[in-house]
Amino acid sequence: MASASSKSAFWKGFKDGAPFLLVVGPFGVLFGVVATEAGLNITETMAFSIMVIAGAAQFTAIQLMVDEAPTLIVLATALAVNLRMAMYSAALTPHLGSAPLWQRACIAYFTVDQSYAVSAAQFEKTPDWTLSQKIAYFFGAVTPVCPMWYVVTWIGAYAGTAIPPEFALDFAIPITFLAIIAPLLRTLPHVLACATSVILALSFAWVPYNLGLLIAALGAMMVGAQAELMLSKKVKP
Amino acid sequence: MIDSTQLWIVILGLGAGSFALRFSFLGIIGKRPLPEWVLRHLRYTAVAVLPGLIAPLVLWPAATGGEPDPARLTAAAVTLLIGITTRNVLAAIFGGAIALYGMMYLLA
Repeated sequence: MASASSKSAFWKGFKDGAPFLLVVGPFGVLFGVVATEAGLNITETMAFSIMVIAGAAQFTAIQLMVDEAPTLIVLATALAVNLRMAMYSAALTPHLGSAPLWQRACIAYFTVDQSYAVSAAQFEKTPDWTLSQKIAYFFGAVTPVCPMWYVVTWIGAYAGTAIPPEFALDFAIPITFLAIIAPLLRTLPHVLACATSVILALSFAWVPYNLGLLIAALGAMMVGAQAELMLSKKVKP
Repeated sequence: MIDSTQLWIVILGLGAGSFALRFSFLGIIGKRPLPEWVLRHLRYTAVAVLPGLIAPLVLWPAATGGEPDPARLTAAAVTLLIGITTRNVLAAIFGGAIALYGMMYLLA
């Protein structure tokens, strides 16, 4: 009985994860193209997508290396983009924290925006699910998304070599990131954090080693958090 | 051109670091809850880093020698507008690409 319900939880996860193919597909192709444009070969491009498996951080790292930023700055900034993964990890822990260590390691590797988003929503709705059902659901959601990330990166890396500079691919990263940011601007603190990030990044663009971006990111996080705090105090005094 | 040693350090370091972030609570901290002020700051990481990263690329693109470029500025504005109104990442990307190529065609 337990295995039957795990099986249906897996397929429920698969069904909930599948629509993300529409986002992950083009995004991964784009990464393959941009990485190839930056001079990476197929092995290097694939290693990026398999080791890091986080699109926004991968784009950030490539862009900073093209800008000739020092290695430590590239790592610090790209990891800052991935700080949200720690939040996902914290959010999944109450549900999946009692799984065996090797399973938790696998879950950690496959914790991406999409698998976190659908799992967190599902586990809220069905708190009475067993641990094995929750794990099955998580891996169900991962199955359509993550292997496809590798495949489309590979396709992009192959296609990238064939695209001439007239196509203005330098602007692929800004457009993709703007498209990711826009839907995130759902609350006033998010808008304020975004504005702070832009203003500080432009004002500190002169700081060497691309440190200006880290300054801007820290400042923007503090503005967002502070604005949230002040707004919540206003609502319930 | 990206230096190959730097590239591999970044790939391995970013891979290990990203795994550490993902494993952090699940693997090590367990069920102890995060302090609220930490969570509050983590909620804003995406909107804190990404806009700052692309703002100079939009205003001063390297492809035009750092000069503001009407085609790229229009594409950025269209992407943002579609993204805010539809909340659809793909629609925003396609809209931005169409605006970019359309403007480049018109201005050429």
